[in-house]
Amino acid sequence: MADKLVTNARDLTNSEYFYGHRACAGCGGSLALRLAMKVLGPRTFVAIPANCMSAVSFLHPQISFSTNSMISPFAATGAVLSGIEAGARALGMKDYHVVGFAGDGGTADIGIQALSGAIDRGDRIIYVCYDNEAYMNTGIQKSGLTPYGSSTTTSPAGRNLPGATRMKKNMFEIVAAHDIAYAATASIGYPEDYLRKISKAAQCASTSYIHVLAPCSTGWGFPIEKTVEMGKEAVDCGLWYLAEFENGEFRLNRKPREFSSLEDYLKKQARFRHLTDKDMDVIKGNRDRKWKKIQDQWTV
Amino acid sequence: MSKKIFVSGDEAVAEAVRLAKPHVISAYPITPQTVAVERISDFVEDGTLKAEYLHVESEHSAMSAAMGAAAVGARTFTATSSQGLLYMSEVLPYVSGARFPIVMMNANRTLATPWALLSDHRDSLSQLDSGWIQVYCEDAQETLDMILQAYRISEDPRVMAPMMVNLDGFVLTHTYEMVELPAQAEVDAFLPAYTTINRMDLDDPKTVCYAAMNDYMEFHMKQELDMRKVPSVIEEVDRLYGDKFGRYYDGMVEQYLCDDAEVVLVTLGSVTGTARVVVDAMRKEGHKVGLVKLRYMRPFPREEILDIASRVRAIGVLDKDISVGYEGIVFTNVNSTVADLETSPGRINFIGGLGGRNISKENTRGMFNELLELARGEKKEKIQFVNARCEYHG
Repeated sequence: MADKLVTNARDLTNSEYFYGHRACAGCGGSLALRLAMKVLGPRTFVAIPANCMSAVSFLHPQISFSTNSMISPFAATGAVLSGIEAGARALGMKDYHVVGFAGDGGTADIGIQALSGAIDRGDRIIYVCYDNEAYMNTGIQKSGLTPYGSSTTTSPAGRNLPGATRMKKNMFEIVAAHDIAYAATASIGYPEDYLRKISKAAQCASTSYIHVLAPCSTGWGFPIEKTVEMGKEAVDCGLWYLAEFENGEFRLNRKPREFSSLEDYLKKQARFRHLTDKDMDVIKGNRDRKWKKIQDQWTV
Repeated sequence: MSKKIFVSGDEAVAEAVRLAKPHVISAYPITPQTVAVERISDFVEDGTLKAEYLHVESEHSAMSAAMGAAAVGARTFTATSSQGLLYMSEVLPYVSGARFPIVMMNANRTLATPWALLSDHRDSLSQLDSGWIQVYCEDAQETLDMILQAYRISEDPRVMAPMMVNLDGFVLTHTYEMVELPAQAEVDAFLPAYTTINRMDLDDPKTVCYAAMNDYMEFHMKQELDMRKVPSVIEEVDRLYGDKFGRYYDGMVEQYLCDDAEVVLVTLGSVTGTARVVVDAMRKEGHKVGLVKLRYMRPFPREEILDIASRVRAIGVLDKDISVGYEGIVFTNVNSTVADLETSPGRINFIGGLGGRNISKENTRGMFNELLELARGEKKEKIQFVNARCEYHG
């Protein structure tokens, strides 16, 4: 159990609680789950809605979790987690964690109502959104967290549109606006930071939310050995950020001295390969506005 | 010792829930279910019901949270009505497929649009295929008794299926009646603590609600084969309950004056009370009429319906619903059973009470007269609307 904060690989157990799954080679989401489960340990109840991770791990009789686990309805991860927690509490269980792993669509779109309700109730649950920026399980369709300019099967880039035309929904701050006890963003490209945040969530007496960027080789279009690198670059170029919300305050955890090349990050991915200079300017403008807000309003 | 209390149907549900001691209640308010969850909230607040009450943000979440709690082995309760039932409908087969014995009250109310508040059966009958046991109650006493029986039936290891206890909105939920409230000790003896192996367990971790691509068919065959045995459990629990508390409901179907009946009317829910009075009156006049109170729609009382149909000359089915484009849903179910007979009796489907339209004693007498005329060989419309304000030209 996460009695003390886990901040690097030396603190991790060699035991595996999520293994033998059928995820694609280079899957960022499965890495996010595997690391989180190593922090949370064997006395953990897991609920996962429809997404890649449930699709690759819950196929009877080959189940990839060695802990208690279940598939939740797509829209209801937050509610199922609440139910597990309420049931466990009512039955007098002690010393356990309740965690959900929902994708970006399962969190920001269909599951946002149940997530909001769960935070509002303040149940002691950990909600992890592993964000691969589209509905990957069903074949790369646009979600509310698909970034501007990303070509997906339902937001195809063409002569008239640059792919997705909206920015990512701001889930981290939407969650924070609930006055949640603990929320954080993370990336599998910065695993120490992610591990520390999962272990902080595990110590939280109320609802906690971790939004971890989980690059998807299949959906983004990059070589399978580059997943961790992509997760790191997303942060370094400023399109993603590592932050926490605690005691009503936002805190930036990593402040790049200067951003790495945004164009390099985008051009490495098939989903962005069509972008024009004008599109790049839109993306850069949005990034800079976001960072100005972070600089002005958050503890940096 | 039991005691008499003067309560509405909703309050009778709340009293029964307090006696059943669920660990977790998750519910979202919807008229006319609200009084039930308000009373339950009072009981949780005053400590007479030691349970976790989850204020969920929708019916979909109400059922999902109940499922999460059931997945760790908690006894659960939820309640809904109408649009709320349809909003949670995605989760109903989830729960039944995972074999969680969740008990739910449904206040029968019509579906939009047009919007209406009063009672018909379109909500619950639209969910017949969800894998839930469905019982329909005639009055507040039966509702209270059925909530208690529901836990006993659902949690039986031979059953392990969720159960929906239906009571007509307003007609039952908001009408006050004298109800006998069983003593807690008696209920505790009738309803043992819920234990199951079908749960997530910290000492013996397991996965529930998983995917079964290759075995899917076998899982559901097992579910169906188990459900076929449920009528005998229902009869058993009905006897047990009657022996303990003095009220028997005749299991799957109550037959009222059916032994020598030439024609019978099949009813569901509170309208049975009206039909009972009409049967009494017509019997005094010498008409051989009987009443079939269909208590369970799932599992369907095939044996009982076959037995009745083989003895009568005409069956009427009163549906407070319609499957638009075909006929009443109860009628379809009765019909497919009756089709097993070599010679089947005449049949009329009466569609009435939609949106809470009144079904009076006169209307009911009219239905029996149609059936008697059909039994005498007169030609009749197969589907008839009851107490409608416009002509039906079939």
